[in-house]
Amino acid sequence: MSALLEVRDLEVEFDTYGGTVHAVRGVSFDVRAGKTLAIVGESGCGKSVTVQSIMGLIPIPPGRIVAGTAKLRGVDILGRPEVDGRDVRGDTIGMIFQDPMTSLNPTMTIGDQIAETLQTHRGQARPQARARAVELLEMTRIPEAEERAGQYPFEFSGGMLQRAMIAMAIACEPAILVADEPSTALDVTIQAQILDLLGDLQAKTGMAIILITHDLGVVARLADEVAVMYAGRIVEHGTADAVFHQSGHPYTQGLKAAMPTRNSRRDDPLQPIDGSPPDLFAPPPGCAYRPRCPNAMRICERRDPPAFPLEPSDASRPSAAVDVVSHASRGDAASGSQAPAPRTPPKETEAHPAKDATAAPHHRDHFSRCWLHRAEASAHRGTVNPGASQ
Amino acid sequence: MTTLLETRNLTKHFDLGRGRRVHAVDGLSLTIDEREIVGLVGESGSGKSTFGKAILGLHDKTAGLVTFKGEELPGRYRQRDFRRYAPHMQMIFQDPYSSLNPRMTVGEIVGEGLKLHSDLSGREVRERSADWLQRVGLEPAHMSRYPHEFSGGQRQRIGVARALILEPEFVVCDEPISALDVSVQAQVINLLDDLKASLGLTLLFIAHDLSMVRYVSDRMAVMYLGALVEVGKANDVFFDPQHPYTQFLVAANPEPDPRTERRRAFSAIQGEIPSPINVPPGCRFANRCPQVMPQCREQTPQLIPLQEKGGREVACHLFG
Repeated sequence: MSALLEVRDLEVEFDTYGGTVHAVRGVSFDVRAGKTLAIVGESGCGKSVTVQSIMGLIPIPPGRIVAGTAKLRGVDILGRPEVDGRDVRGDTIGMIFQDPMTSLNPTMTIGDQIAETLQTHRGQARPQARARAVELLEMTRIPEAEERAGQYPFEFSGGMLQRAMIAMAIACEPAILVADEPSTALDVTIQAQILDLLGDLQAKTGMAIILITHDLGVVARLADEVAVMYAGRIVEHGTADAVFHQSGHPYTQGLKAAMPTRNSRRDDPLQPIDGSPPDLFAPPPGCAYRPRCPNAMRICERRDPPAFPLEPSDASRPSAAVDVVSHASRGDAASGSQAPAPRTPPKETEAHPAKDATAAPHHRDHFSRCWLHRAEASAHRGTVNPGASQ
Repeated sequence: MTTLLETRNLTKHFDLGRGRRVHAVDGLSLTIDEREIVGLVGESGSGKSTFGKAILGLHDKTAGLVTFKGEELPGRYRQRDFRRYAPHMQMIFQDPYSSLNPRMTVGEIVGEGLKLHSDLSGREVRERSADWLQRVGLEPAHMSRYPHEFSGGQRQRIGVARALILEPEFVVCDEPISALDVSVQAQVINLLDDLKASLGLTLLFIAHDLSMVRYVSDRMAVMYLGALVEVGKANDVFFDPQHPYTQFLVAANPEPDPRTERRRAFSAIQGEIPSPINVPPGCRFANRCPQVMPQCREQTPQLIPLQEKGGREVACHLFG
C-alpha cells in the first residue's frame, strides 16, 4: 500500500536571541489511509513542530525549514501547502488542536465557523454550508445540533468545543486528520468520548489520523503505528504492539517503566528517567539520549546511531510479533534499566528476502535508533550500513 | 491507627450574587489517618482543589468543620491562625510556574517558612534551605537563582522543598505531577515517597490520573460535583469499583497497553458533569447514570459502608 503522506528527512530550526534551536533533526514517516500514526514524546521533543511545519503553520522567520520533503500523494507540500493551486489545509488535511477554547473564533457562531470552511474550500453557498455544518455537529454527537450551531464558543464546554473543532476539521472530508493533543485538556471521561468519536469517524470515512500526544494510554487506545520522538528525532518506530511490547529503544522502555500500570505494585518503585532532555540549542554529539541512558556505551558518545531494524516489518503477520512479545514484554516493563533481552530472531527471516533493502526500511518497520541494536540488526538483516546516520 | 485529620460536612459555596451559588464542596466528610496517603480523584470542577484549600484555611469554610489532631480548626483563618497551623499543614501546588514568586530567589522561597516560623538565625536558615534543596535533588548553588531558570520538574521540587522544610505532619498535594512530563513525574513521586517514609508524612494526594492515584495511595476517595461517591482502599476501588460513576471513571482510564485497550468492551459515559451552580436535588450523578431509579432524583444518597466489601463506603441508592 502506498503512503498518502511521505515525510522524509525533515529538519526545522528556529532562530532565537539565545541562538538557533534545532527543533526537528531529520524526521521521516509515512501516513497511510485508514490508519492512525501516533507521534509520541515529551514536551520540547519536536512532535508539534513536525506537523506544524508540514502544515505550513510555523512562523517563518523565526522558523526555518532546513531540509526535507513532505509528499502528499506525490506532491511536495513542504513550505507551500498547495496542490493544484488549492490549499490543502482544511481541505485534504484537517487539523484539531489541543486547546479548543483558543483555537476557535470567539466572535463567530460555531455553525458559521464550520460553514466558513465549506464556503472557502468547496465554494458552497452559505445556506448549504450552514445545513451541512449542522449535520457535521450531529456526526460528532453534539445534542441539539441545530440550536448549538447558533451559539458562540463561550457557550460550549471543553468537550463540546473539541467536538465542534472535529466537525470543522472533517467538514471537507479530509484524507488526513492531524490531532495535536486532542484530549489533553479534557477530563478522562470526556477524553474517552472524544477518542471513541475519532475511532468511529475513521472507521466510517477511512481517513488517516496523525495523533500527536504525550500520553501512552491514548496511544494504546487509538494508534496502529507509533513513532517515539526524542530531541527532534524519531528514536523508535513500529506497530503499536511492537513499540509497546517489544520496546527497543532505552527511552521507550524508560517511559514505560516511569508510569504505573494496572499491575504495578506499591513496593515496586517507579523508574524515573534521570536528568532532563538535552538542550536543542546545541544538541550533544552522538546519541541525544546518552546522558540519561542506563545502557550508554562509548560509541554512543561519538556517533549518532542510525535506524536499526528490529524485526521484519509485517503488518500481514502480526502473530509472529505477538509470539516474541509474550516473553520479552514482562521483563522490559518491570525494569527499564535493564538492557533489552536478546530476542529470538523471528522465524520467517528467510521468507523475507531482501525486499526491504529497496523499500526504505526505516520509515515503515520496527526500528530503533540505538547502538544496542546494531549486532542484532546485522544478524538478521545484514543490509544495514551503520555509518548511514541522518 | 489514629485519626490525624477529619472533615465533617465540610462545605464551601462561592456566592455569585443574585442568589446564584457555586456548590464547590457540599457536606464532605472524610477522615485521614496518621501516615496515610489518601488519593482524591474526580473530574475538573468536582471540587477537589477547593476541598484541599478549605482544609488548610486558604478558603473560608461555608459550613462544617475540620479537626486536626482532635483540635477544631477555625472556619475563617486570620493571620495568627496561619502562623499557628502553617508549620503543621502545608500545600504543594499544581502549577510549578505560577506558584513560585518570580522575584524571589530559590533560597528565599525555600527559606521563607523557616524565617517566619522559627527563631533560627539567617545563617541557619540558609544552611537548612541548602540542605533541603539537596534532599529534593537540587544543588545548594541553586539558592541564588530565580525560578525561571529551572525546568518544570525542578520547580516542582522547589515547591516540595518549600512545603516540607517546616517538617509538617500533613500535606495537601494538589495535582503535584500533572504539569510534568512522564519521565519527570516518577522522579517527583519517588521523592514524595522517600520523604513520606523519612518524615512520617500524611498526604492528601489530589489528582485526576487514576493509575497514578491507585499506585500512590493507601485509600482512594472519588469526588463528583462537590460530594464523595465512593471511598475505600485504593486497589479495591480501582479494581472493583461499586459506584456507577467510579465504574465509568475506571473504564475511561486509558492503559498504556494496546492489547488491553483492544480487549476493552468500552462504552464511554455519556453527557458531561453538570454545572455546580444550583445543583438539583437527589443524586448528583442521576442525569448520567445508566442505572438511575426514581428515588435517585429525590433523595440524596449518603455514604454507606458495605460490609461485604470490607467497609467500602458508597453513596448510591443501589446499595441502600
